[in-house]
Amino acid sequence: MSISTSPAAAELARRIRRHSVLMTSRANASHIGSSLSMADLLAILYSEFLRFDPQHPDWPERDRFILSKGHGCAALYAVLAETGYFPVERLETFYQDGSPLAGHATHKDVAGVEVSTGSLGHGLSLGTGMALAGKRDGKSHRVWVMVSDGECDEGSTWEPALFAPHHRLDNLVAIVDYNKIQSFGTVKEVLDLEPLADKWRAFGWGVREIDGHDLTAIREAFAAVPFVPQRPSCIVAHTIKGKGVGYMENQLLWHYRAPRGADLETALREIGEEELR
Amino acid sequence: MRTAFLETLFELAKADERIVFLTGDLGFSVIEPFAEALPKQFVNAGVAEQNMTAIAAGMALSGKIALTYSIANFPTLRCLEHIRNDVCYHEANVKIVAVGGGFAYGALGASHHATEELGVMRMMPGMTVVAPADPIEARLATRAIVAHPGPCYIRLGKAGESNVHEGPIDFQLGRAIQVRDGKDVTLISTGGMLKTAVGVARRLAERGVEVRVLSMHTLKPLDTEAVLAAARDTGAVFTLEQHSVIGGLGSAVAEVLAEAPDIKVKFKRIGLPSAFSPRVGSQQYLEEQNGLDEAGVLRVVEGVLGR
Repeated sequence: MSISTSPAAAELARRIRRHSVLMTSRANASHIGSSLSMADLLAILYSEFLRFDPQHPDWPERDRFILSKGHGCAALYAVLAETGYFPVERLETFYQDGSPLAGHATHKDVAGVEVSTGSLGHGLSLGTGMALAGKRDGKSHRVWVMVSDGECDEGSTWEPALFAPHHRLDNLVAIVDYNKIQSFGTVKEVLDLEPLADKWRAFGWGVREIDGHDLTAIREAFAAVPFVPQRPSCIVAHTIKGKGVGYMENQLLWHYRAPRGADLETALREIGEEELR
Repeated sequence: MRTAFLETLFELAKADERIVFLTGDLGFSVIEPFAEALPKQFVNAGVAEQNMTAIAAGMALSGKIALTYSIANFPTLRCLEHIRNDVCYHEANVKIVAVGGGFAYGALGASHHATEELGVMRMMPGMTVVAPADPIEARLATRAIVAHPGPCYIRLGKAGESNVHEGPIDFQLGRAIQVRDGKDVTLISTGGMLKTAVGVARRLAERGVEVRVLSMHTLKPLDTEAVLAAARDTGAVFTLEQHSVIGGLGSAVAEVLAEAPDIKVKFKRIGLPSAFSPRVGSQQYLEEQNGLDEAGVLRVVEGVLGR
């Protein structure tokens, strides 16, 4: 079964990328590659699946999204601004003195950010707690957690990985943004995770591997959770670090460097700035 | 104290379904009644304190009052960053409960000596830190922390301590309890050291020294008024704790006295050195080894007072 790709999600993904590039450029900030690799996943999630009301961020029945890889927060702030949680202009304060828009996902005074992250290996446990509370209260909302591949080095990622299937938390979805590059090299070089999908499967999760930039594949996967009845779902999304800007793609440098000058112009052109107008 | 805590919590949880009790796989033969009667309010997180702490935070952010429970340093030091980031930064309504404060598990070795955690918990932003003195205080402290919105840490002793308080007490978080009054010297204790403080006070009384004894069950927020009043009224203040002299009650009181204008006071922290205990043994043995028994404390007090 194939569902057609809606222009809304593609457009949102492009906007997330454009904001992220501009935010990191303005702030001379790191982690643009980590924002770009998950832009398509965020776009589909926020435009088609997540139940939320930006006017009522604390609505108890909302679905929860947790960005456990908090360093990719430019993309999160961007999607929150684009979906109405706060004015798009506020994105210009990213990293700035006195701004709540910190360089790692921060909930204080930022509507729509469920929890603050930045230290890796926290988000999946927090989401598991929310999913458990939801189950115990008979609620129908779901909890989505985006984890990084580097984050799977943390033992504390695997504690909830063990816990959630045991407690049959089929209202929990983990998305691994598997862009294959972590802080100091490729995942394969630093601490090989393979076979990654099998690890989650062995822990008791329903697992699906997808191309994390194929909007149709993302949509089909999100629509199919839980993959296994009474089990949490893990989507291993094969992504490209820096996706959408050719010179950034698969380059460790762009875990750190901010696009400036001609680099910025090239990035915005490739993302398709003019199409937004 | 453990029994007092569990009985009180059970009672509270039966009346309030928001209360959830998470254990790090500990509590054999004592937690079963709770788990069986209130399965929707009970979670055995397994031997995984980081996960237990963050799950508690996630549940608290969903409207629960979540308690994490384990022994010695496991619910505090093992998962410290999860406490800082997940619990404290989110002001999550999580209560961290440790059984076996100080040398309660003295024979089990340094891993089980909880002798720094009060100081570490005191440094966590927004954390209320409580160490009740006896089962009477433990019951009231349990009610108080569950009623208090926001992160709390409670250090319990073990099972089977006797009560030190002889009658009803007025227990309020952040308010020291004056157990006896005197004009010559003040002993401020936290946790189970109250028993020793009272014993020392009795012995000093026999020698004509009148001792004020304060049970400082709440280390944070500290009852600074009681500390300053003790310094003004008695001119000599001693702190008594089964904890490193760095970071705990002694440090907290020293901070208040050092910043107080116009107070001249003799002051001494009585606690543990910043070191691992070279030997294991019963709580009583280790107290004697470290000068935390009545005789040891008496020696220090008399030395400072010059008697």
